[in-house]
Amino acid sequence: MFTRKSFVLYLGLTIGLLLSIFPFYWLVVMATRTTSDIYSYPPKLWFGPHLFDNISRVMASIDFFGAFLNTLFVASACTILVLFFDSLAGFTFAKFDFPGRKWLFIVLLATMMAPAQLSLVPSFVIMATFGWVGTFKALIIPGMVNAFGIFWIRQYAQESIPSELLDAGKIDGCGFFRLYWNVALPILRPALSFLAAFTFIGVWNDYLWPLIILNDESKFTLQVALASLNGIYTTDYAMVIAGTLLAVIPLIVLFLFVSKQFISDIAAGAIKS
Amino acid sequence: MNRPVEPSPMPPHQAEATNSRNNRRLMSTIWKHRKEYLAISPFYILFAIFGLFPIGFSMFLSFQKWDGISEMSFNGLKNYQFMLTDPEFWRAVSNTLLIWIYSTIPMLFFALIIAFLLHASFMRFRTFFRIGYFLPNVTSLVAVAIVFGTVFSNNYGLLNYVLSLVGLESVEWLNKTWGIQLAISVMIIWRWVGYNAIIYLAGLQSIPSVLYEAAKIDGASGLQAFFRITIPCLRPIILFTVITSTIGGMQIFTEPQVLVGNDGGVSGGGLTIVLYLYREAFVNNYFGYGAAVGWGMFILIALFSILNWRMVQGNSSNH
Repeated sequence: MFTRKSFVLYLGLTIGLLLSIFPFYWLVVMATRTTSDIYSYPPKLWFGPHLFDNISRVMASIDFFGAFLNTLFVASACTILVLFFDSLAGFTFAKFDFPGRKWLFIVLLATMMAPAQLSLVPSFVIMATFGWVGTFKALIIPGMVNAFGIFWIRQYAQESIPSELLDAGKIDGCGFFRLYWNVALPILRPALSFLAAFTFIGVWNDYLWPLIILNDESKFTLQVALASLNGIYTTDYAMVIAGTLLAVIPLIVLFLFVSKQFISDIAAGAIKS
Repeated sequence: MNRPVEPSPMPPHQAEATNSRNNRRLMSTIWKHRKEYLAISPFYILFAIFGLFPIGFSMFLSFQKWDGISEMSFNGLKNYQFMLTDPEFWRAVSNTLLIWIYSTIPMLFFALIIAFLLHASFMRFRTFFRIGYFLPNVTSLVAVAIVFGTVFSNNYGLLNYVLSLVGLESVEWLNKTWGIQLAISVMIIWRWVGYNAIIYLAGLQSIPSVLYEAAKIDGASGLQAFFRITIPCLRPIILFTVITSTIGGMQIFTEPQVLVGNDGGVSGGGLTIVLYLYREAFVNNYFGYGAAVGWGMFILIALFSILNWRMVQGNSSNH
C-alpha cells in the first residue's frame, strides 16, 4: 500500500504544508519572546515566557480592544448589508422575469471589470464632499452590495429554488417580499454562509481604503492600527508581533470553523466564472 | 417591436398615438414589476455613485491641478506629461512588472504541482492539506508583511541565519532592489499558492475520468495523456488564474508599504504603481496627478489582460 510513489507524494505535500504553516508558528514563537530574542543568532525556535508581557505592552500603546471592536463593527455591518441586498437582487434575477432583466445582468457582470484603484482619488473626494472622511460610513456604504455576491446568489438560486414552490407561495397569497424572506432565504442559506465568510474576511483584512479614510486613532481598524504600531515602535518588535498575533487569531478561528465548505465554494466560484 | 409592417407611412398624429400607447404599455409593465426593480436597484444606485461617477470624475480630475484644499485649476495634459516623463513612475512600472513576474510564475507552477499531488492523495488527507494550504490566504496582508519583515530582516533575520549556516554572507535584503522585490514576491507566493492550487484541484476533479480511460485503451502514455487531456481541459482555469494574478499583481500595495514605507525602501525597489499613486495623491496631496496615475495604471492592466488573453488563446491554436 505504502509504495515509493505515495511516499514521494506525501513527502512533497508535507514539505509544502510546513512552508505554508511555518510563518504562523514563527509568529507565535516571536510573540512569546523579547525583541532581542527575535534578532538573536541562532534564532530561538521554541516558545518563550514573555507573551503576556508583550500583550500588556500592546494594550498600553494602542487601544487594541477599540480597534478590534471597530473592525468587528465595520465587518459585521458590511456583511449583514451585503447578505441582504445581494440575496434580494440575486433571487430576483434568478426567479423573476421583467423587461430588461438580461441586459441589466450583463451590465452587472461588466461592472466587475471596473478596477477599484482607478477611482481611488475620486472616491476619496466624494467621501470628502459627503463629509464622510474619518467615519465608518465611508467604509461600509460603498461596500454594502456587490456584483460578485449577486452573481453567486443568482447561480445558487437558479439551481436550488423550485419555481413550483414560489408558485405555491403566490397562490397562498405571499407577496414578493414574503416569498423572498420566507421561501427563498432558508433555501439560500448555504450560499449565504459562504458569502458571509467571504465578505467578512475581505473587510476584516482591508487596508488601503481604511488607511486613506480613517484619520483619527479612535476610529482605526485593526489593520491600520497594526500598521501604525509597526511604523512607530520599531524598537519594541516583540510587542508589534504580539499585536499581530492578536489581530490574526480571530480570523483564523473563524476560518477553521467554515474552512471545509469555504474552500470548496471558492473553487466552485472560480470554475463557474 | 411586433407591429405589422405598414404599407404606407402613418399620418403623424396616428404614429404619435401608437407611440404614446406603446409607451404607456411599457410603463405599465414596468410598474407591474416595480418590486423586482426595487429589489435590484441598490446595486445600480450604489454603482452609479461609487463606481460610475468616480470614473468620469477621475477623468475630469486628471486634467486639473489640485491639492484638495485650494481652488482647482485646469492644466490640460500636464499631469499626463509629467507622469510619462517622471523616472519614478517608470521605476514603479518596472518594479511592479518585475514583482509580478517573480511571483506569478513560481506561484502558478507550485500551485499546479500541489494540485496534482492533492489530486493523487487519499480523500481523508486531502481535506486536511487543503485547509493548511489555504490558511495563508485568509491572513491579513499587514500581518504577513510584519512577519516576513523578520524573516528578511537586514541584520539577524531568519533568512540571513540560514545563509550563515551554509557559509554564505548575510544580505541586506530590504535595502537592495532585488532583495525587496524577492521578499515581496515570496510573500505573494506564500499567500496565493494554496488558493490557486485549490482552484486547479477543482479543475482536475472536473475532468471526466472516461477521457483518461479512453486514452489508455488507445495506448497513450501518461505523459501524452497529460499534454493532450489534462492541459487542454485546464486551459480556461489556467487563464482565469493568470488573469486574476495579473489584476492582483498590478495592484500590489500593502506588502511594500508595511515592509519598507511609502517610498518603497532605501533603494526604491518596493515602489509599486499603487504605492506611487498613494504617495502622490494622499501623502503629497497631488489629487489631479493621482487621478492621472490611476488612468495610467488602468491602461497598463487592460494591456496586460489582453496580452494574457492573446498568449493563452495563441497557445491553443498551436495544438
